[in-house]
Amino acid sequence: MAVKTIAGVEVKVTEDGYLEDMTQWNKEIAKEIAKELSIELTDKHFEVINYLRDRTIAKEALTIRSVGKSGIVDIKQLYELFPKGPLKFSSKIAGIPKPTSCI
Amino acid sequence: MKNLVILGAGTAGTMMANHLRPKLYLNKWNITIVDQYKAHYYQPGFLFLPFDIYNENQVKKVGKKFIPKDVKYIQKKIEKIIPEENKVELEGETLKYDVLIIATGCKIAPEETNGLIGPLWKKDIFDFYTYEGSLALRDKLRDWQGGKLVVHITEMPIKCPVAPLEFSFLADSYFRDKGMRDKVDITYVTPLTGAFTKPTCTTALNYLLQEKGIKIETDFAVEHVDNDTKEIVDYEGRRIPFDLLVTIPTNMGDEVIAKSGLGDDLNFVPTDHNTLQSKAHENIFVIGDATNVPASKAGSVAHFEAETLADNIVLYIDGFPLKNEFDGHANCFIETGNNKALLIDFNYVTEPVHGKFPFAKLGPLSLLKESVLNHWGKLAFRWIYWNMLLKGIAIPFVSRNMSFKGKVFDIKPEKK
Repeated sequence: MAVKTIAGVEVKVTEDGYLEDMTQWNKEIAKEIAKELSIELTDKHFEVINYLRDRTIAKEALTIRSVGKSGIVDIKQLYELFPKGPLKFSSKIAGIPKPTSCI
Repeated sequence: MKNLVILGAGTAGTMMANHLRPKLYLNKWNITIVDQYKAHYYQPGFLFLPFDIYNENQVKKVGKKFIPKDVKYIQKKIEKIIPEENKVELEGETLKYDVLIIATGCKIAPEETNGLIGPLWKKDIFDFYTYEGSLALRDKLRDWQGGKLVVHITEMPIKCPVAPLEFSFLADSYFRDKGMRDKVDITYVTPLTGAFTKPTCTTALNYLLQEKGIKIETDFAVEHVDNDTKEIVDYEGRRIPFDLLVTIPTNMGDEVIAKSGLGDDLNFVPTDHNTLQSKAHENIFVIGDATNVPASKAGSVAHFEAETLADNIVLYIDGFPLKNEFDGHANCFIETGNNKALLIDFNYVTEPVHGKFPFAKLGPLSLLKESVLNHWGKLAFRWIYWNMLLKGIAIPFVSRNMSFKGKVFDIKPEKK
């Protein structure tokens, strides 16, 4: 675990830069993480991000499929918003844990 | 008389029947278990069938043999659960229940991916998550002359999340033993960020893929299978060619869950993570692969859940508060090929760690490290499954909750 200053806030992050504590997140932090990933955040991005955060607070597992069925975007659009890693990058920007398997 | 009904006589349902019969008075409670199939499969064995390590008889037995005699076994298809009326509709029969346990498991849904069930299905595209698929793949591998073998996960969650990786390792050994490893190119394709996604495992185990010459493609969410060019294609148009595709299709809960309006978008039943009571109905409990809890879909998880759930059913019947006890504990052997295996022990919040198992310091099994003893542990487990686990006999010294005694949390890379 490391401490990193993002958008002027000291936050705890994992080795690969995911927020350890999702309550430390704010919109400015999201924008700065997105910038590192060369993504410019739009309102549509934030709709997806808020959906991911809500699901995480409800302790529900996140899958690309569930985002695709959320009514916010379909899977193709999700890829367009977060190229090369729709769930990987959207979770990083949303300040929630990286999707993992059991090992 | 009151009625407790268990839906599904797989690993979880069979264990619940065995746990609960001695706990509930015979003159007060009827227990009924329903399953449409006659056979009970040792599903971990499906990993070994394709490589001729196990044969059919070692993984398939008559399910009824494992159900206690004072439990009524009905071999019929389950049509619908009607929670508002505490009823389950079967083919030509309706069951009333006071308490219902859903143990309907999960299964592959290859129809969810475009082009998967096409001209190449069971010719050059196989699954090994079903008995039939695993046997068909065995026959294919026996004569296969080599080429590009792609081992592919469609999406999470899947039953036994390490099985695809184990399959890749065993394939490496299998082709080496046949003297044709140089003719086979193995690629492991995952929708996740790596073969190992938990930091402790990435650190401890990343050497394995390199050592075995297995290529990896990450962040690949398949959109369709191109049967003409023999490629899997993702949503961004990335293409991975194959001669032989071994895929783990989308895993979904049973369709009866969807028909009854009890599931999420993958037909898994929303379930309390710690009590295993369904979120929607207080007299419905859920166990094993049928739940949506964020634990592995694995027999060991069902085994640990069964111990907690048996206690909670008794508490519920007697009107006491339920135990918030289940911690997501899983304990799995992972075959790494060459007669070696790893053992991992983890729960909802704790990543797999180093240490010894089941006894701190003494072991004899090592956690998160390859050993021959772990491999023999995995093979011995088949006997334990048929003779102890299904019958609800506790495995000595292995507790339902994860133990932290003697565990090493500071993981260092394996030195070779």
